[in-house]
Amino acid sequence: MQRFSSVPRAFTLARRLYATSSSPSALVLIEHKDGKIVPASLNAITAARKLGGTVTGLVVGEEASTKAVVEGAQMLGLDALLHRTSPALAHALAEPLAPVLAALVKSGNFTHLAAAHSAQGKNVFPRVAGILGVQQISDVMAIESPDTFVRPIYAGNAIATVKSSDDIKIFTVRSASWDAATSGESASEVDAKAAEDVGKGKSLLQQAEWVSEELTKSERPDLGSAQAVVSGGRGVKSKESFDSIIFPLADALGAAVGASRAAVDSGYADNSQQVGQTGKVVAPSLYVAVGISGALQHLAGMKDSKTIVAINKVRFDLYTENKSRTDTPLHLLRPLQDPDAPIFQVADHGLVADLFEAVPELTKKVEEAKK
Amino acid sequence: MRASPPTWIKLLVPVKRTVDYSVKVRVGPKGVETAGVKHSLNPFCEIAVEEAVRLREKLKEQIESITVVTIGPPKAADVLRTALAMGADAAIHVEVKDGQEVQPLGVAQALKVIVEQEKPDLIILGKQAIDDDSSQVGGMLAGLLDWPQANFASKLDVEGDKIKVAREIDGGLETLSMKLPAVVTTDLRLNEPRYASLPNIMKAKKKPLKKMKAEDLKVDLTPRLETLKVEAPPARQGGAKVSLMSDRTVESVDEIVSKLKEAGVL
Repeated sequence: MQRFSSVPRAFTLARRLYATSSSPSALVLIEHKDGKIVPASLNAITAARKLGGTVTGLVVGEEASTKAVVEGAQMLGLDALLHRTSPALAHALAEPLAPVLAALVKSGNFTHLAAAHSAQGKNVFPRVAGILGVQQISDVMAIESPDTFVRPIYAGNAIATVKSSDDIKIFTVRSASWDAATSGESASEVDAKAAEDVGKGKSLLQQAEWVSEELTKSERPDLGSAQAVVSGGRGVKSKESFDSIIFPLADALGAAVGASRAAVDSGYADNSQQVGQTGKVVAPSLYVAVGISGALQHLAGMKDSKTIVAINKVRFDLYTENKSRTDTPLHLLRPLQDPDAPIFQVADHGLVADLFEAVPELTKKVEEAKK
Repeated sequence: MRASPPTWIKLLVPVKRTVDYSVKVRVGPKGVETAGVKHSLNPFCEIAVEEAVRLREKLKEQIESITVVTIGPPKAADVLRTALAMGADAAIHVEVKDGQEVQPLGVAQALKVIVEQEKPDLIILGKQAIDDDSSQVGGMLAGLLDWPQANFASKLDVEGDKIKVAREIDGGLETLSMKLPAVVTTDLRLNEPRYASLPNIMKAKKKPLKKMKAEDLKVDLTPRLETLKVEAPPARQGGAKVSLMSDRTVESVDEIVSKLKEAGVL
């Protein structure tokens, strides 16, 4: 490993050019919802550009609902844009979508296939990798060369650098680690066609059928791409206080609302708001954790935020030996900063206070400061 | 797939032995230190086993059998026993050498062979293993078998030879319906796994556990990804705690606001 990193840069470059017959050619799946490009896809485009070769965008779906998406994607400065349509692709289900991606990668001689590490990317890409017999690389944080990727393991408690020996590299991109691609100067040309292989060769029974969806309506910024996030945890105690304490602070900061697993399990927030190893991974400029102790699994989802503010309760510990007494006078209780609350180990600014007093006060001060 | 709609369903639940979720792992010179560290059944696999057992409780004899399978080192037999104690009927252990890494594609290809042997109607897996965090095996397996898939399930209902699954997506829930055979991966919200009782742990010792060698499957388990290095993540700078007592809350909120202004986030 040491040997590898001490190789002079010029040499690694030469070696890389020698090792690959042609320069990288990446295909990026542009995810969309309600006629809009999902922001995480923009981060995936930036990651694909890091490979150093051409970057082709791909928009798939029903013809009518993808028109606006294609127009938006044209302005991203991509080298090319593919548009594949079929009624079967309406809900981006994995069964019709995966064969389309697999066929495009093969016929277009792409060396890389990328998408966001979103629910859709996590759903569809492994199926594509299975079909193509490729070991996928999930949640890529950095790219060292066209075959060498950096990704988190063990809930982000270790960072692995892996080198792929597959001909085609299929990877999903951790959006929090990459900037969003911005608009280019000219519109790219669109190659629009009906999707040929939507996996219906064998039988319709082998497809899943879309029944319905229930989406949480929110006027607030998208959790994955927000500049500020306010999250509530178990300490918020009820759904009512979650709504009356967390939401106003989020609105004052123009922030998205997140939650810990405990808050979701207790019904204070929707599960799509969960931040952590198994929820969303965010890295906003400002992350405010309210009533969250900071379990490893939660830290995995937010510890790359630029500034972390933690507001957690004062924990009183008995100063006396007799811990069973509940009528111990207050002066015998010793307030602890609770060095065990792991959230304070990652927080830049910690406030050990009653969140029911501190958060409304903070909301007021933030509003004043903005005036 | 059977010619007529199945009146009974065979379940296959692939599971993995991982470092226990409560352990704060340490990164040593050779990567993450796993020797002497507490291991257990991957939490999402636990949910998958639980769901299989609940399906039998609900559907009774309609569930023909529940087989758990793992591909792992000799010690992975422990997690198979755990699954048997939770209510699975039989276990298959595809044994690999201690310390041999098997990546998701290898696992999926090996499982495909097991599926061809066992002929299950429904495969339930966890949505991700908490060690490699890849979240791939379920989708890869569905792709290899060309079966429909429902990833990140938070609700699973069997209706005859069809299943209806609510899956967790960005922004909410999506409901899918599909014919068996199918692959389902479990999200956290699917259920609350039970603890195995002592009598069940004792009974589990007598349940069949078939050992197989990776070579028997004729699948190439060589990793396609070579791990060049594993490092600890950069440590965050320890932050200053601002205040303690609740009567100073107002002042300390001011302090936070001014610090945020200094940092330019406000």
